[in-house]
Amino acid sequence: MKPTDIAAPDYFHKVVDCQWACPAHTPVPEYIRLIAQGRYSDAYMINWKSNVFPGILGRTCDRPCEPACRRGRVEETPVAICRLKRVAADFKDDITQRLPKPSAKNGKRVAFIGGGPASLTVARDLAPLGYHCTVFDGDPEAGGMMRTQIPKFRLPNSVIDEETGYILNLGVDFKGGHRIESMKALLAEKYDAIFVGSGAPRGRELDVPGRKEAAAHVHIGIDWLSSVSFGHTDKIGKRVIVLGGGNTAMDCCRTARRLGGEDVKVVVRSGFEEMKASPWEKEDALHEDVPILNFLVPTAFVHDNGKLTGITFQKVKAEYDAKGRRNLVPSGEPDQTIECDDVLVAVGQENAFPWIEQDCGIEFDKWHMPKVDPKTFVSTNPKVFFGGDAAFGPKNIIWAVAQGHDAALSIHKMLSGEDITERPLPEVHISSQKMGIHEWSYDNDISNDKRFKVPHRDKVIALKDIRTEVELGYDVKLALGEAHRCLNCDVQTVFSTSLCIECDACADICPMDCITFTDNGEEGDLRQRLKAPSLHPDQDLYVSTDLKTGRVMVKDEDVCLHCGLCAERCPTGAWDMQKYLIEMTHAGSACPTKSRSAA
Amino acid sequence: MTYIAKPKFHHPGLKKNELGYTHRDYEGKISTLCAGCGHDSITASIIEACYELSIEPHRVAKISGIGCSSKTPDYFLGNSHGFNSVHGRMPSVLTGANLANRDLIYLGVSGDGDSASIGFGQFAHSIRRGVDMTYIVENNGVYGLTKGQFSATADRGSKSKKGVTNTDNAIDLVAIALQLGATFVARSFSGDKTQLVPLIAAAIRHKGASFIDVISPCIAFNNHAGSTKSFDYVREHNDAVNRLDVLVGRDPIAVDYAPGTVQMVEQHDGSSIALRKIDADYDPHDRLGAQTFLQKHAAKGQIVTGLLYVDPDAEDLHEHLNTVETPLNTLEADALCPGSAVLDKFNARLR
Repeated sequence: MKPTDIAAPDYFHKVVDCQWACPAHTPVPEYIRLIAQGRYSDAYMINWKSNVFPGILGRTCDRPCEPACRRGRVEETPVAICRLKRVAADFKDDITQRLPKPSAKNGKRVAFIGGGPASLTVARDLAPLGYHCTVFDGDPEAGGMMRTQIPKFRLPNSVIDEETGYILNLGVDFKGGHRIESMKALLAEKYDAIFVGSGAPRGRELDVPGRKEAAAHVHIGIDWLSSVSFGHTDKIGKRVIVLGGGNTAMDCCRTARRLGGEDVKVVVRSGFEEMKASPWEKEDALHEDVPILNFLVPTAFVHDNGKLTGITFQKVKAEYDAKGRRNLVPSGEPDQTIECDDVLVAVGQENAFPWIEQDCGIEFDKWHMPKVDPKTFVSTNPKVFFGGDAAFGPKNIIWAVAQGHDAALSIHKMLSGEDITERPLPEVHISSQKMGIHEWSYDNDISNDKRFKVPHRDKVIALKDIRTEVELGYDVKLALGEAHRCLNCDVQTVFSTSLCIECDACADICPMDCITFTDNGEEGDLRQRLKAPSLHPDQDLYVSTDLKTGRVMVKDEDVCLHCGLCAERCPTGAWDMQKYLIEMTHAGSACPTKSRSAA
Repeated sequence: MTYIAKPKFHHPGLKKNELGYTHRDYEGKISTLCAGCGHDSITASIIEACYELSIEPHRVAKISGIGCSSKTPDYFLGNSHGFNSVHGRMPSVLTGANLANRDLIYLGVSGDGDSASIGFGQFAHSIRRGVDMTYIVENNGVYGLTKGQFSATADRGSKSKKGVTNTDNAIDLVAIALQLGATFVARSFSGDKTQLVPLIAAAIRHKGASFIDVISPCIAFNNHAGSTKSFDYVREHNDAVNRLDVLVGRDPIAVDYAPGTVQMVEQHDGSSIALRKIDADYDPHDRLGAQTFLQKHAAKGQIVTGLLYVDPDAEDLHEHLNTVETPLNTLEADALCPGSAVLDKFNARLR
């Protein structure tokens, strides 16, 4: 193998699994350390810069970071990264003085369609640079689906108000209750750029017999949730069936439990394990006495002269073809009819752009999605950008934020007369953590604690009021314990070949047997010869240049605890623990721009 | 020294031995020696050898004297018996323990000061008597704990860290062990675990006095130019006569080396050693040849390593003394004191 090029920012970035997995590349270990030190405001600001909505995401994020967390490969469960983010938001001081100040306008005007996370992220990045940002939204208040679709018992309004407020107070012009009905008309207003962050606002229909007749008691999940959110709907029948296995279905069933649903069931086509909903959301639903029935495909709404009485389901089983693809085939068992008073259909969301005329210069593909560049987020109209669910279909808030940052960068570059396809490298700060012979400026004593549970409100109380938040969040003590579980993966093991005397001290002390001194070879061959088996070939090998004996040092990054014992036991300082703080370049960061390889 | 405890977590894919232990289960406390000490690599090799042999930790007694090397039993086999004795007195404590309980595996851990100076006599007599043990000398040629004076194994002409030349002749413990009748004699290097681990494993399986001299560079006081026990010097002058490749129980061994290059050695306990010859003419069953070979190469400044001599049919002290099979410490009162009739009979023979 060729020696590892640790100067490439992506190499060590990849080692910070959580940060690499986060679409917005939030420097997770950095803020977790700050939480451990009680510096909640500092931790919040790191998040705010990177993911814009720490308080909201700390309650609702889909957490792509957690399955990636190294701790999950070392023991059973990853660090509760998401809920630590909430800790930063809960315990911070007033941070308004630390926010960017509204700056003098530069005379350029940007319009935003939709006031959700994607648009607000772009506005957050552009407003401090002097752009005049105007955000249009059909709803009276900013937040988009964060406000309308996420139930208040998961995300209180106060948190949304606070974090959307930080952005709107940067001098962003918010036009609530102003739905954009025509792209053509907006283009005619001669904005310098337009950003479309209108989400995926249409709930998918379930077109089976009886749907029309029973319509009065069959509701589309996301519409029903937003109706509940605005207080237009405040009750539901006693027996409710929720169709669908995603997170919206989980929100629907738990909301139904709070609006009078006593016998609420979730019914999914797939198996329980394959459901799209996050495991913790399924857990929360089960905890609130909502059974999840699987392998049932709805075939008809049963009604009595238009009054819904139940749903008929066909029983199916999963079969896998030669390629491992799953097919649901009838199991042959008799159909099952489940009685109910109301049905909530949460089987997916779709994009809808009836308001974009064909002659706007915005092309659509065969799936009726706009043609958007996945890096720059520009559409075929060079002044119109898309981001969030509007660009590539329904995903999660954190994706909308990440895409918003990239789109903001494109808009800023375009309006500065630069080439938007040239993307700047992330900013990397490197610093040795060595304080003394055996002293490091980070806590390298690995905690053996298991993941701490986030305290929940008593179920009886929680189910009584739809606005009572269920999760109470970590207290300071629990947060400290959980923060200590973080392995500080951003404190990198950096190896200098020229200093190594091949004494084996690092290989001997390494608790995870990560380090091997051996003859070089092809990657596949080297992976066979490591001290401990290579379990995850997607995790990089760190290979040195040739040592004095002609061998190389090979480190499997997979389960390194970043405990620094290799560096402590190294007599010559050939190993050093260096913190790599990697921050993505946002619009307006001063940074030399060279084209970057990835991420 | 390191102040934090070594994390309990281990690699999730670590292999387990026949007893279900990983090599981590054979560790002791974290080392308090200087960073990079060769002794720590020997510790790691002992751990590895015991893991590979699936030794039950409670079947081992590790006994040491005084010095950096004699501290190391604290860093391996944390669940074994241990005795940290007086300076240079490891061999007599070990001999006594072995006589009292012949069922344990005895690991004597010592250093060049402990064995070649203050305990030289003790070393000699334990070897001479053929105590069934694995005697490991962690040899760095220097008194590390007292800041780097030459030890008795420092080569004549080698230089101290301050530049002083050693004018005394060196004691070669391997040569002495050969002369005194050790039945398993090897030399190795702490920086070469592929050689050292199987040597330790083979020594543990050997019945009789096994002696291994392990050159172990002292990072703090003996790893400079002019030293003959530095990493660089040993690597440059290492003349390995053979390598042990496999060591298994009673299973037949399949070795795919060219014929004539592998020599099988059957040990007393039924285990086998496959020796891959590096020096085609070297015969590890020839005590006299070994001594000559050693002297010749030493004169050329070469450090001969590998399994230098083995007598697979060796006897040990218990056989010499014709002791009972049952460990003395488990003999019950009726066996130890068979009554006056037996005593009378015995006395009658002496009249």
